[in-house]
Amino acid sequence: MRELTFEDVTVRFGSRRLGTVAVDGVNLVVPAGQVVGLVGESGSGKSTLARAAVGLAPLTAGRILLDGRPVQRDKLQMIFQDPYSALDPRMSIGDSIAEPMPRKMPGRRAEVARLLELVGLAADRAGARPDELSGGQRQRVALARALAGRPEVIVADEITSALDVSIQGAVLNVVKDLQRRMRLTMLFISHNLAVVRYVSDIVAVMRQGRIVEYGPVEQVLTDPRHEYTRELLEAVPRPGVPLGN
Amino acid sequence: MPVASHASKRWIGALRSPLGITAAVLLVAVLVLAVVAPLIWQGRADAVQSAEILQGPSSAHPVGTDLLGRDIFARVLVATRLSVGLALLATAIGVTTGLLLGTAPVLLGRRAGRWIGALINIAVAFPALLLALFFAVIFGVGAKGAVLAIGFATAPGFARLTQTMTATVSSRDFIAAARVAGIGRMRILARHVLPNIAEPLVVSATMAAGTALLSFASLSFLGLGVQAPSYDWGRLLGEGLAQIYVHPAGALAAGIAVVLAAMAFNLSGEAVARAIGLRSTHAGKRAETATDHQIAQSEPEPDASDQPLLAVQNLQVSFPTASGEVTPVRGVSLTVRKGEAIGIVGESGSGKSLTALAIAQLIERPGQVRADRLDFLGADLREGVEQSKNELRRLLGTSLSMVFQDPMTSLNPTQRVGRQLAEVVREHQGADRRTAWRRAVDRLSAVRIPGAERRARQLPHEFSGGMRQRAMIGMGVMANPKLIIADEPTTALDVTVQRQVLQLLANIRAAEDVGLLFISHDVTVVGQVCDRVLVMYAGRVVEDLPTEALLHDARHPYTRALVAAVPDMTTDRDRPLAVIPGRPPDPHDLPTGCPYAPRCPLASDQCRQEDPALTTYAAGRRVACWHADLAPAAVPDNRTASDETNGLVQGDPVASENTDDQIAAPLGGERP
Ligand SMILES: Nc1ncnc2c1ncn2[C@@H]1O[C@H](COP(=O)(O)OP(=O)(O)O)[C@@H](O)[C@H]1O
Ligand code: SF4
Ligand SMILES: [Mg+2]
Repeated sequence: MRELTFEDVTVRFGSRRLGTVAVDGVNLVVPAGQVVGLVGESGSGKSTLARAAVGLAPLTAGRILLDGRPVQRDKLQMIFQDPYSALDPRMSIGDSIAEPMPRKMPGRRAEVARLLELVGLAADRAGARPDELSGGQRQRVALARALAGRPEVIVADEITSALDVSIQGAVLNVVKDLQRRMRLTMLFISHNLAVVRYVSDIVAVMRQGRIVEYGPVEQVLTDPRHEYTRELLEAVPRPGVPLGN
Repeated sequence: MPVASHASKRWIGALRSPLGITAAVLLVAVLVLAVVAPLIWQGRADAVQSAEILQGPSSAHPVGTDLLGRDIFARVLVATRLSVGLALLATAIGVTTGLLLGTAPVLLGRRAGRWIGALINIAVAFPALLLALFFAVIFGVGAKGAVLAIGFATAPGFARLTQTMTATVSSRDFIAAARVAGIGRMRILARHVLPNIAEPLVVSATMAAGTALLSFASLSFLGLGVQAPSYDWGRLLGEGLAQIYVHPAGALAAGIAVVLAAMAFNLSGEAVARAIGLRSTHAGKRAETATDHQIAQSEPEPDASDQPLLAVQNLQVSFPTASGEVTPVRGVSLTVRKGEAIGIVGESGSGKSLTALAIAQLIERPGQVRADRLDFLGADLREGVEQSKNELRRLLGTSLSMVFQDPMTSLNPTQRVGRQLAEVVREHQGADRRTAWRRAVDRLSAVRIPGAERRARQLPHEFSGGMRQRAMIGMGVMANPKLIIADEPTTALDVTVQRQVLQLLANIRAAEDVGLLFISHDVTVVGQVCDRVLVMYAGRVVEDLPTEALLHDARHPYTRALVAAVPDMTTDRDRPLAVIPGRPPDPHDLPTGCPYAPRCPLASDQCRQEDPALTTYAAGRRVACWHADLAPAAVPDNRTASDETNGLVQGDPVASENTDDQIAAPLGGERP
């Protein structure tokens, strides 16, 4: 159980004058063992913040800390949006899952089997290749691979947005169940408020590179303080409720 | 590696085509000759017979003899080894250098990569033969110089190819995942990048070998390659050419050998490339693809008030495949009336998009559309029906408009948005340029694009995703369509933008009394926009019901499961979400009986044997299920309280228990 902290994090792409500031002085705490849901429209900087956390985007300024110390790479893992691009099509899913494990670790095979079972796939599927799996199954393999590194923090970026609703539920159940059982710290990014509401303990709302609201799920979603959060909530489709103008 | 078997299957597939067989036979012949020819014919090839100088073809010398009386045929055969060997060596040098340069960005990081990229760009622009001549001068005249020259001339093209493909693979998430997992650059290159680009690389290396063979022959022919006493085809060609008037067969023999061998390499590359399709690694991701779009214009048709806009009966769409015909749409029937909004929901692959494309006449050959009835505004759209093609196109062009999920595929990236909109009325109505432009600006502002006048002059990529989608809709209503078909128009959009687009569609529908066929996988969105909903499964409509009934009163187990699976703002957070086990059946391999049976909690023997037909059980309600009356009790709908209360407040845990009706009303009966 670790606490992930973003301190004044800024990420800029391109030059100082002409570049875009994707993340603009973000301060955010993901408390140990809790799920922080990050919402906001596309282009607001959510993915960039996530990538910065795992070292895929360079920080222009600020720090990212794990329990107050600079992050060690192996404590953090990330799951990506597109299940079709997340797995190497040339590798069996077992090999993909084993990749983050230490190379000479004894019992790798047993560990792969355990992880597959953990995410609800049969252990004997280890030899299968990604193109034999559905999108939801691939996302579960991606989750197993993330867990294989024995992380204490998981960053999940829009992991269900590319999935059919019928499969989304299954993936969310696995994520939520594992998070609880392993008491993982998690940054869960989605533009779907209903999904974020279901998974998260805390919600952070991001707009134009900044966090504009942060608080417990119930509080933010029932009593939003920021104008933009209210706008987001209003836009959530509700069947039978007329669209208004 | 398990991969090997899979890959080799596809490579062997290359052998099945006539092209592949020819190429393979040629290639094997060339390679075998290269090995055995010197062993067998070396003696004959070198035997100087002064009595037989410059003889024509005879039984002893099939293509005659040369200046020293040596057998030319034997010499051509023997020269295979040197010609092919040197060409392969040059190719190997080119490929290795190209690989090193092309993969350097992965290994050395971005900055060094950029420099190398620039270097490659310059080198690629250099004509290869010139480069070869240049190297020949530097390395000296002789086989060694020529090998290096051709090798380095091959390298830039190869480097460019490697670099492009590497960049494509590197942008994919599994590379990011490997980096997050702390895998080193070298290992990422070896494990993830190279295997994914190996096939196209091998193919182009094979083709490069053919080219190297030709280049080498040219150099030797010019005296810049192999030097006497060694000989390759290029030199034999040169020697023969000197005697071409005396005895043409001698010159031709070496020429034919070069061409055949080069062809063997090129054709092999070609055949393999075709067999493996050289697909990008993204292939197979999207089953339902949108093709073109159809646009509307005005010119109101007289329509009888009771006649539906669109009437479809037993619509089937099928495609021929290697394993026989598949029919992903198997008998869809629907009607859309004036001003009515019909939703189609279902998982991906259920046939929603194909149904839409079939109605809009956008299914392309070899796809086949059949229907008992396919009437739009009273006109029969079916193929083969007596009807002028032009008139039909005009009818569709003027009265039907289509909006796709990804507006980028439907807008021309190189043309100003306003002009593309204007084009619609110019094409179908012959409006003049000014009028058309004014209409385009007017429609852009109608779809709430701020600064429409200015925006109309911009290119599509200068628009945000939501704006592009609105522009697409603007284009759809440039004229006054009677029916808009929208295929997942908001799936790629954020909630706020989604809402704007949905509102826009609703307003157009209300203001202009347009019919709407709205396709989505999101039951919530459909529930908000549509009057009626059709639920599709495995190419069929399995339920047809008014939107009000969708959430709590659906009768098909699948509809109910689909509704329950979507979390909304009232979902109980402490319970697992409802899931639908298994996956939809493959249209290649449909089970007998009800296609939902393998996933259905109510499946009985009857279900597994007989496919239930879509039957009407109450006014305006149809369902295809043997046990529809049991479904409401068997598949709870997981929703708390009523949705009318806006539902932001967290429901108390017991509330969810009460949402579902305890007893399902019998079919046809009214419910309290
Ligand atoms: N590699 C990059 N180069 C330049 N701009 C980028 C890059 N990655 C993201 N951006 C920009 O940063 C902003 C935030 O993007 P992103 O983090 O993807 O937001 P979100 O996840 O909320 O969609 C956008 O304006 C995007 O165009
Ligand atoms: S017919 Fe049978 S298997 Fe099919 S949906 Fe109805 S109950 Fe389920
Ligand atoms: Mg994003």
